[in-house]
Amino acid sequence: MDKAAIIGVGMTKIEANKQRETFADMAWEAVNKALADAGMTIDDIDNVITTSSDFWDGRTISCMAVADASGAADKNTSCVEGDGTFGAFYGYTRALSGSYKTTLVTGHSKGSQCVSSLITNSSFDPIYERGLGMDMITACAMQANAYMDRTGLKPEDMAMVSVKNHGNALKNPVAQLPMKISVDDVMKSEMIADPLRKLDCSPVSDGCCAVIIAHESVATKFKQQPVWIRGLSFCTDHFFFGDRDLARSKSLAEAAKNAYSMAGIKDPKKEIDVVELYDAFTYQELLWLEEMGLAEYGKAADLLKAGHFNMDGPLPVNPSGGLLAGHPVIAAGLYRIAEVVMQLRGDAGAHQVKKAKTGLAHGVNGLCGQSHCVWILDKER
Amino acid sequence: MAEKEQLIIESGDASQPFAYAVGMHGSKFFTETRDNKRFMGLKCPKCGKVYIPPRGVCGQCFVEMNDWVEVGPKGVIGTFTILRFAFIDPETGHQKPVPYGYGFIKLDGADTLLQHYIALEDESKVKVGARVEPVFAKDRKGSTRDVEYFRVID
Repeated sequence: MDKAAIIGVGMTKIEANKQRETFADMAWEAVNKALADAGMTIDDIDNVITTSSDFWDGRTISCMAVADASGAADKNTSCVEGDGTFGAFYGYTRALSGSYKTTLVTGHSKGSQCVSSLITNSSFDPIYERGLGMDMITACAMQANAYMDRTGLKPEDMAMVSVKNHGNALKNPVAQLPMKISVDDVMKSEMIADPLRKLDCSPVSDGCCAVIIAHESVATKFKQQPVWIRGLSFCTDHFFFGDRDLARSKSLAEAAKNAYSMAGIKDPKKEIDVVELYDAFTYQELLWLEEMGLAEYGKAADLLKAGHFNMDGPLPVNPSGGLLAGHPVIAAGLYRIAEVVMQLRGDAGAHQVKKAKTGLAHGVNGLCGQSHCVWILDKER
Repeated sequence: MAEKEQLIIESGDASQPFAYAVGMHGSKFFTETRDNKRFMGLKCPKCGKVYIPPRGVCGQCFVEMNDWVEVGPKGVIGTFTILRFAFIDPETGHQKPVPYGYGFIKLDGADTLLQHYIALEDESKVKVGARVEPVFAKDRKGSTRDVEYFRVID
């Protein structure tokens, strides 16, 4: 099988309200940063994938509205509605198709322009679920309770994720919410939906991220050191929450297994050096780590407490601060990929982790992790 | 370029009305709840799983389901939350009074969970595994609101 690599990344700063920028302005910034990072011009890009959600953007065909600012003029451009990792998956398959060599993938969202609980409510079934007021926080609170009930974990255990990630964000210039906080601060923050308190939840955010994926035949043609895509998989669970075991995530376990297998990884605990994952809520970081085989089920909190996932620990998780420090929906997974790329290149600056040859980036589409996309990225081919 | 005032254009009161077809399976489910105060699920002929809410296809087996079975009306709480923050009610556009309970109910005889409100008569009794019964609305119209909520029974 042919190989592909990520040869450029660009991120806007994640902010609560980017009132100066339209969607296209955000795309313009992220795309130009990615091109500069890669040492390319827009003429070096032969196809474009934009990733967005019509509901969040408040218009239909939202992806096409950013095409001009993304350099898609006269090029084959296509769209993905979902998390950026899924848009990048599509970009990767295009780079391998034989028809394209360099795919630019963008993902954007602005939570600031809408009532986010009404948008997430709209993702639920209109006949059985929506009218009762189900939204993302309600759903995830129920998942958190199911997870706590199964594992015996306490809210204090989950709060440690918030402390770590907001703390890591202090060193990340694009993070929205860098904060030095304690478990006590999390436990004293406002209860939103039991057991989730305000500091267990990611914020409403605006942002855009762009990555450039190149076929191996051109991956070393430009100035940037390529980061190779060694493993990649996505899997989906049932749509109705009531059909799923909410205390587990079998689609993530499956996606991780497939990605490890493709990458030739036998012992992910030893072979993965850095992880950027989709921590929309504190408990999710623990659950996702466990389902990806990076901790035993119900035991990630013990490792976290021992410093295992700290920036200077054996397996740094979300050194960027993750989604808890900034959650531009849709773009969030693409930010995870971009962050891992920076780490593997040694370009992460103040939040650079020590040894990073192989990294894992993770994205989620659908509430409570209906679908998961797992990327194994590597400095070496 | 000097920093200038940043303007906003609001979408106003315009709405996008939809008429969602409940479909043949959902229509039977809701008319049974409305007329007979009972919950009907569909059973997969291959794996035997009983689905609530009913739908035409067992996704796992990819086979059509036609075998109706009555489930509940009592069940247990699969998981739950208690909403403390006043979100906007999508049906009314106004803030919902808090707190209120929300949960997934495993109706007796069903293999999937139904979501609904859970009454907070005694918050300490709202737990995973607690036994619950539905409280039906007096005036039932054929929607999820025909059940007002589930309540914990001892």
